[in-house]
Amino acid sequence: MDITRHLISKEKLSSLIGKCMEDGKKVYAPVKKNNLVNFAFISSFQEITNDYINTVQSAKPVLFPKAEKLMEIKMSKDNIELKSRDKNLISETIVYGSRPCDATGINILNKMFTAGITDQLFAERFAKTTLISVSCKKCDSKCFCTSMGINPGNTDGSDILLTEVENGNYLVEIMTDKGQKIISSYQSYFDKAPDINKDKYLVDVPVAFELKGFDEKIKDAFDSPIWLEQSMRCIGCGSCAYACPTCACFDIQDSFNGQEGQRKRNWDSCGFSMFTLHSSGHNPREVQSKRWRQRILHKFQYMPEQFQLFGCTGCGRCSRSCPTDMNIKEHLINLIKNI
Amino acid sequence: MTEISKVEIQIAEDKNKIVLQNKAKELLQNKAVDIIIGYGEGTDNTVHAVFITNPDNTSELIYDERCLQNLAVYLLKAEVRKFTKIGIIANIAVMRTILQLASENQLKEEKIVIIGITADGSLKEFSGFNELQEYIQLNNLDISKEDQEILNRLDSMTAEERWNYWTEQFSRCNKCYACRAACPLCYCNRCQVEYNQPQIITPESTTQGNFEWHFMRAMHLAGRCIECGECGRACSVNIPVHLLTFKMSQTVKNTFGITAGTDAKLGSVMSTFKPDDKENFIQ
Repeated sequence: MDITRHLISKEKLSSLIGKCMEDGKKVYAPVKKNNLVNFAFISSFQEITNDYINTVQSAKPVLFPKAEKLMEIKMSKDNIELKSRDKNLISETIVYGSRPCDATGINILNKMFTAGITDQLFAERFAKTTLISVSCKKCDSKCFCTSMGINPGNTDGSDILLTEVENGNYLVEIMTDKGQKIISSYQSYFDKAPDINKDKYLVDVPVAFELKGFDEKIKDAFDSPIWLEQSMRCIGCGSCAYACPTCACFDIQDSFNGQEGQRKRNWDSCGFSMFTLHSSGHNPREVQSKRWRQRILHKFQYMPEQFQLFGCTGCGRCSRSCPTDMNIKEHLINLIKNI
Repeated sequence: MTEISKVEIQIAEDKNKIVLQNKAKELLQNKAVDIIIGYGEGTDNTVHAVFITNPDNTSELIYDERCLQNLAVYLLKAEVRKFTKIGIIANIAVMRTILQLASENQLKEEKIVIIGITADGSLKEFSGFNELQEYIQLNNLDISKEDQEILNRLDSMTAEERWNYWTEQFSRCNKCYACRAACPLCYCNRCQVEYNQPQIITPESTTQGNFEWHFMRAMHLAGRCIECGECGRACSVNIPVHLLTFKMSQTVKNTFGITAGTDAKLGSVMSTFKPDDKENFIQ
């Protein structure tokens, strides 16, 4: 659909979010606690903070929770009863305050969870989630969205994009039917959009590198010593993967209490030493350098091959979360130069 | 801090840096070591670990107050371990870790060369573990005032208040296991949390799963934690997980009179029985 534009004041935005909650929608938005800004389910607009470049964790958990029950299992003497997770228990949710890089990340997640066999729980959450993103007025040295072909006012992936313009007003851009539904249901909150150039209200994120041709070049880099050089200081935790808006690996575990149990999926990371351990004892990625290579190749070679898009949005979260300064922007600059 | 003392510190730091770089070069040139683990300039005014094998690259090495990471975590990393002789830039935390790893039979004296850094930032060489031990016994690793204040506050809480404090803290945990990965003493090939037949620890990141994980981690480091605080620094959601193992260290010290990382033949408090052990915890 064509992008349509409106205007909303800060006060009306606050009451709109309040009204959505009154109408039974859950709202997932950035909240400041313990000096960290992270997404949380809120009960009033006042809990939301504006004071962040990007949240520590992405909005990913709203669609792909860190621990999710898939089914219940009941065993008796001559029967095993399986009960799938009731999809109707998933609520209508509004994600407020995600950044354009996050919204792109959610698009990528959607591709992964619906390619081939559709992941039912993900698809249900996706259908019931409306993304109201807020474009960026600030960035830091870890941000590199513009190098990944995204920009601070990018509309891709968002249902609605808000850009703060003058006098505490927000320019409202509606991208999807889900976004349009919000506008139609709450028409009185919105005013007519003035004729303005959005770009002048956005931060300028410097382009750090040129990615053209990289996905081709990287195909010959599998045996390069660069993976070992870059990953010597990596300690193999899951901090980067869990902060990443597009990392989607999970581990399935059953837990039983007597004859009754549950099957659950939990976040997993290719950076962990046991991620590829076979039951034979063989581990094809037995050292960290091979795991680091997998992380980069998955995002910059395999995903372009499979989905014609990069598995990275340049949000910089992995670099901010890493305890050993595995700065992905710097590593990519180094890779582009040296492979 | 006055401008003059800032300049003085800078001059001292620069001098120490040259001494450190020359020492590293000499060790690599003489083949006394095959690799040196140290600190180098990182991105955005941070520092990160560097691994130097070529004597011409020793100018990358630095040491200043930003160099906090416990580099001993790399001593047991497969890619580092394959080198015959490893040199390591060692502040007091690293020195204590080395002694603790030695006492747990994870590190041989002949495998490493300790390039010690004293509290004032100058270089100190060690002939071996004995000399290191003597030095450590005279040079304490004190925990910060802020950490001690929180520990005192936790001690003064009721059990319920303490439970609420940790429930709130652990609610942010995603089980990324950065605390485990950053700790040089968490070196098990297969952590107990990875067992699924039988499942020992609830694997998912939920209130229960997070509690089980952090309790287990703390118990497994009781009497072994050398109090470097690396686990807390590694946590990307600022959970003060290091306070759990600090508390364990204090308890072990008060109960058994033992401080981890002070003796290369210390043995393990939690798996050693002595007839004169205090048993006043049995009530």
